[in-house]
Amino acid sequence: MDNKTLALLALLLPFIGFLINGLGFRRLPKPLVGLVAVAMPLASFIITLILFGKFQSGGSKSMTFIYANWIAIHDITISFSLLIDQLSLIMLSFVTGVGTLIHVYSAGYMGEDEGYGKFMAYLNLFMFSMLALIMGSNYMIMFIGWEGVGLCSFLLIGFWNKNRPYNAAAQKAFVMNRIGDLGLILGVFLIFIFFGTSEYKDIEAFVGAETNPYKVGAWQVVTITILLFVGAMGKSAQVPLYTWLPDAMAGPTPVSALIHAATMVTAGIYMVVRSNFLYSLAPATLDIVLVIALITALLAASIGIFQNDIKKVLAYSTVSQLGYMFMALGVASYTSGMFHVITHAFFKALLFLGAGSVIHALHHEQDIRNMGGLRKYMPITFITFLVATLAISGIPPFAGFFSKDEILMHLYQKSPVLWVLGVAGSAMTSFYMFRLFFLTFLGEFRGTEEQRHHLHESPISITLPLMILAVLSIGGGLIGIPEVFAKDANWLAKFTAPLFTTSQKLNPQLFNHAHLSHSTEYILMGVSVVVAIGSIIFAYIKFVANRTVPKPETEQQGIGKVLANKYYVDELYNTVFVKPILAFSRFLGESFEVFVDLIVEGFGQIVKGLGNAFRKLQTGSIGVYLFAIVIGAVIWIAFNLFIYK
Amino acid sequence: MPEIITKIPLEYYIILASILFCIGVIGVLTRKNALIIFMCVELMLNAVNMLFIAFSAYKGDAAGQVFVFFIMAVAAAEVAVGLAIIVMIYRNTRSVDIGQLNKIKY
Amino acid sequence: MSLSENLFYFLSFLAILSALMVVFSKNPIHSVLYLIIVFFTLTGQYILLNAQFLAVVNIIVYAGAIMVLFLFVIMFLNLKRETEPPAKSKILQFAAVISGGLLLLVIIASLRTLDPYKIQEGKIKGDIGLVENLGKILYNDFLLPFELASILFLAAMVGAVMLGKREGGERNF
Repeated sequence: MDNKTLALLALLLPFIGFLINGLGFRRLPKPLVGLVAVAMPLASFIITLILFGKFQSGGSKSMTFIYANWIAIHDITISFSLLIDQLSLIMLSFVTGVGTLIHVYSAGYMGEDEGYGKFMAYLNLFMFSMLALIMGSNYMIMFIGWEGVGLCSFLLIGFWNKNRPYNAAAQKAFVMNRIGDLGLILGVFLIFIFFGTSEYKDIEAFVGAETNPYKVGAWQVVTITILLFVGAMGKSAQVPLYTWLPDAMAGPTPVSALIHAATMVTAGIYMVVRSNFLYSLAPATLDIVLVIALITALLAASIGIFQNDIKKVLAYSTVSQLGYMFMALGVASYTSGMFHVITHAFFKALLFLGAGSVIHALHHEQDIRNMGGLRKYMPITFITFLVATLAISGIPPFAGFFSKDEILMHLYQKSPVLWVLGVAGSAMTSFYMFRLFFLTFLGEFRGTEEQRHHLHESPISITLPLMILAVLSIGGGLIGIPEVFAKDANWLAKFTAPLFTTSQKLNPQLFNHAHLSHSTEYILMGVSVVVAIGSIIFAYIKFVANRTVPKPETEQQGIGKVLANKYYVDELYNTVFVKPILAFSRFLGESFEVFVDLIVEGFGQIVKGLGNAFRKLQTGSIGVYLFAIVIGAVIWIAFNLFIYK
Repeated sequence: MPEIITKIPLEYYIILASILFCIGVIGVLTRKNALIIFMCVELMLNAVNMLFIAFSAYKGDAAGQVFVFFIMAVAAAEVAVGLAIIVMIYRNTRSVDIGQLNKIKY
Repeated sequence: MSLSENLFYFLSFLAILSALMVVFSKNPIHSVLYLIIVFFTLTGQYILLNAQFLAVVNIIVYAGAIMVLFLFVIMFLNLKRETEPPAKSKILQFAAVISGGLLLLVIIASLRTLDPYKIQEGKIKGDIGLVENLGKILYNDFLLPFELASILFLAAMVGAVMLGKREGGERNF
């Protein structure tokens, strides 16, 4: 098969899986459902690897495959086409790879659920949408995928739809994403207006050409990039549109792992990296991105410290890590942003799946105050979870260390203040992650006797993905070894370099940093590692040595109370946006309904009255009708001959 | 070439046909007897037929005459059905007065 | 004035007069008879216009078949002057004549907008109205309409029979 067919196949196979399971989940036997659902993303993964191999052996030339003309209006043509280049291949590899593992995990985790077939069908649909988002060669195809993943996110958060708060969480996610999507689609429209096309490669060629009218800082590009970033804010849970992500933990845990940690929420980063040639033209936007990302990272990390729900902690850590990725983008270090996306996908998926394994063993207990001492009962989960926690805390040689350090280094190049803030966030991260880890796995078990009785290690379909992801979390950093350790060892930077040549040509200033000496780099690394280890020790003293069990969120005092209540952001939004809108709607409903009714019913009355009047014409007398015919004929002839002519 | 077309202008035939047609129209409008109305319709048809033949003769095109032939054929069928309907009406109302047929009122 | 001119004016006069009588005579039988006179005058016009075949057909179909059918129905229903429905009101009749006259006026007036018709000498042949010529055209150019007309006849025949059939259990005559 040629590349064109392969690429289409990789995209469509999960969709076929969705159709099979979605249409037949009532009739298909459970093993078949699981087999189909797992086989499709696995096939996509294998195809991705084949494409990867062909891409590299073919000289790393980006390939665009046009399958059909989708929309052709006036001078705008949008084709249904896929783009295979460095960026989409990297995204494809880890999305399909991690996706397949999570599908396997889901088969074990959700096997007992009555909606099993439906769940697997939704997961496959999500894979399809995500692949469309990644593989599309223009903004419109990406937008389809973008909306598709939003839909799947909604469906899966509210998967247990008999539970009202879960439905509310799903709606919250959907509505918040709509706000972002509005920005995205406006940005895409502006792209059409200013560039006349939505193909990435065409736009890149346009801005890269000598004749490009949009210089660095052009208001058109700044507007476009800000609007696109609003879309990214919604999808990737940045301040101020982040509150949906912690609530999205209402969904089944594999969903949190796949959608709300590893793949979908990184769509915003993907989009910014995809549009890097536009963002590099708009340094103002990059500064906005940097500020927002910094606020997000620190805010979410500080909230995470006082959460007691195992999944909520992970959710806030996801928001915070997404902030780190955007910080990297904000200092135009696109590669390190992507690097962190990849490593984060590994260890955050592992954390969620490990948490899922714990929740599974404890029969849907999510409060870490009722856990503890699980090390003895669940050794595999314990070890893999430890690996992931070390990775997210940035302890060498785990994957998170390399990616996070690369980001911190780029922050330092921009300004040491940023670096300090970044390290502070990193310290908070390792503190709350180890707080979670110690409370869950060490110490004595604090749950009920009945729960203790049922404690068990999870089945192989759950532990296998955990082990594979643990290996990836350990070794994943090897794709981007920094320059200090080994010359020319940063495979990722070399591989993705062609993506950013246009950016570098357009705005060389942005990439022209003061070069850091090796010793400075070592010091920076050392400091961040020491800080991380320091907070780990602090967590150990507090939660293991002193056996402190956190108070319930409602009993926190002072700053703790503010943090436990998530800075009252939800309440703030409720007061500032929701309530006024509701009040305004009620006001309109009560006072203007009369006028609206007057207009609507007025039209009805007019038509009715006219009908009653003209009804009289239908006398039923043939004589009158004949008169009408003759007079009509006279008028018609007269009109045609004398007036109209 | 028929002699008449050199003597009488085509307009005369048009006027004659128009007069006959309008007499038919007046008949349709003034009378209430369904049969008379029907006859007036036939009169109108014949006026049109004559016009067709006149045009055909003045233009030397036989297609107009073929058309008249078809009109006659259709008219024969129409009369058969129409008279059957009138008989039917008479059976139900014991009258051929179209003034009584106002059941299709609103 | 040549003979044919005289004939045209005579036939026209007779046609208009008989047509008026069709409309205004009280007895339906008289109307039928006047209508037959109109058809005969029109046949005369056809002969003047060298449409011999249609002249014959007109006599056979209209004056022969159709009018006989009318007469038959009138006698069958026993319509006389006494059974004639009461005439419409004078105002309505006046309005009818006015609107009919208006139609005539409009049509005649529209003639003024036309240029006088010029006969193209030489193109017109005297034999176009003969059976041979019409038959050739009918069976070459108009074969499909001709066949369709036969289907129409079949449908009309079935329809007439269905309508005229007496309904069971009901005796209206």
